[in-house]
Amino acid sequence: MPMTMTQKILADHAGLASVEAGQLIEAKVDLVLGNDVTAPVAIKEFEKIGVAEVFDRRRIALVPDHFAPNKDIKSAEQCKIMREFARKQGIEHYFEIGRMGIEHALLPEQGLVLPGELVVGADSHTCTYGAVGAFSTGVGSTDMAAAMAAGTAWFKVPQAIRFVLHGTLEGWATGKDLILSIIGEIGVDGALYRSMEFVGPGLAALSMEERFTVANMAIEAGAKNGIFAVDERTRAWAASVSSRHYREYAADSDAEYERTIVVDLNRIKPQIAFPHLPSNVRPAADAEKTPIDQVVIGSCTNGRIEDLRAAAFVLKGRSVAEGVRCIVIPATQQVYRQALREGLVDTFIEAGAAVSTPTCGPCLGGHMGILAAGERAVATTNRNFVGRMGHPGSEVYLASPATAAACAVAGCIVDPGEIVAAPPRGYFETHL
Amino acid sequence: MKQGRRAWKYPDNVDTDVIVPARYLTTSDPAELAAHCMEDIDPDFASHVAQGDIIVAGENFGCGSSREHAPIAIKASGVSCVIAASFARIFYRNAINIGLPILECADAAAEIKGGDMVSVDFETGEIYNLTRGARYRAAPFPPFVRDIVAAGGLIPYIAAKLRTPKSAAPSAPLAEDTPQGGTLQ
Ligand code: SF4
Repeated sequence: MPMTMTQKILADHAGLASVEAGQLIEAKVDLVLGNDVTAPVAIKEFEKIGVAEVFDRRRIALVPDHFAPNKDIKSAEQCKIMREFARKQGIEHYFEIGRMGIEHALLPEQGLVLPGELVVGADSHTCTYGAVGAFSTGVGSTDMAAAMAAGTAWFKVPQAIRFVLHGTLEGWATGKDLILSIIGEIGVDGALYRSMEFVGPGLAALSMEERFTVANMAIEAGAKNGIFAVDERTRAWAASVSSRHYREYAADSDAEYERTIVVDLNRIKPQIAFPHLPSNVRPAADAEKTPIDQVVIGSCTNGRIEDLRAAAFVLKGRSVAEGVRCIVIPATQQVYRQALREGLVDTFIEAGAAVSTPTCGPCLGGHMGILAAGERAVATTNRNFVGRMGHPGSEVYLASPATAAACAVAGCIVDPGEIVAAPPRGYFETHL
Repeated sequence: MKQGRRAWKYPDNVDTDVIVPARYLTTSDPAELAAHCMEDIDPDFASHVAQGDIIVAGENFGCGSSREHAPIAIKASGVSCVIAASFARIFYRNAINIGLPILECADAAAEIKGGDMVSVDFETGEIYNLTRGARYRAAPFPPFVRDIVAAGGLIPYIAAKLRTPKSAAPSAPLAEDTPQGGTLQ
């Protein structure tokens, strides 16, 4: 039975020789994740199961990032529930304020997710780790509780849509623009219940960070997971974050795909997703200079070092337009430190931007940059639903870090090329 | 004569941010969450919904975040069932896991109007629109999911399984001793 990459990982973790789409399986998990919103609910459910200990204290990661550092008394109490549980259970990968970051940037950086592994997280953007060739998917708090107790989770084996990438991204086009284009094409339920597998000659030129951005937004097309074929870049990345043994899986050449979509990377342009769906995209150049009030650069989608380098490149020697608030949030402490070392933080502050400690903050309308009625923000985040960043009458426009920074300078939505020409491809991967 | 329940009708792509806005996620108390249920799409819902009412929606209901607060809020608001043309994946599993009945039925989702009186037979998956005299059939749950629902949700299901000695493990295809893709050391 030929299998897709996702199906192979699921089969192996279920102890089966093969699986097929639609089959319900129970699989072992390599890592279980929760945050300050979802873990407290999961902990309450875990306590009902009646087991004294978690299945493996080294295979659980708990990250206070959504309303942390504690936004108010209620969120402080949620964080406390998680902290006390972590202490009592001896959870090895609990990340306290000062060491934490946004979970989906933090876990790969800490070497907690490697190719071929199976990860469930009580957060929908757990699909981010597909970037490294892992199967990872978002679940609810009850699933998290069950997985913490039993080390297993139930799955319906998904069908897959294959995306064959050709060519290279050019100019200011980034991984964010690629995934926004794809979601614009297939819609917010275009990959419902399916996995999105990314393969093809175009992969080679996509940085690991761009792959994280792409896989992160698979859920925005309704997908169960997004997954990238493992290549030289993946191996080099894995070696740089961990010395653990891992296993590579590749789709069979005759695996069945529900659909194959060929993507010509050279044709991707900087995109903007208009409110109130991530699929509502158009080229930034066609956004008619829509005026804005705020820019947010950060989140699990685009808060990594290459993202900050791109934003700083645009902001260097320029200023945030009058009447615009620009908030930059490095995704992890490591990213923050690196940005300090490289002088990026200085560039941001000099341009008139606010720089925050790592947090999800405004991405989910939590804190650190909430919008008032009628206000408009360009954000490098992943969702622009009604009320996502604050008042139900506010608006969120999704874009890449370069585009968002350009909008901050212009005070309205523009293509970054209007502010400054793009450096050569790959510049932000290595440039210090 | 069957007694119907009032249907509350919503469009495609109702996301978890409008079911429970994130600004209320600093609590996990069901009653508090229910007080804000559907607030950003239908400010009247929470104050007017009655015990047993039914939500009917289009495609991709519950898309967005994995917050279980969404089905919890719906359940705590008294809603007895959600009928949609399709559900977002995580919402679907969360609803099953917490014991909120949900039915996938495109015909019912298309034809039922807000305010119609609707009744549901969970045994057969049949949906009756008493206002319009129509009957629809929803896709039944697969057996594995039925087991979870029969146990009263995922927590009692897992609790029962963890109490079962390994030799007498249930028939679910769970492999206890297979090598895995990686190990954390
Ligand atoms: S940054 Fe935003 S999307 Fe990512 S985990 Fe945090 S709240 Fe969710």
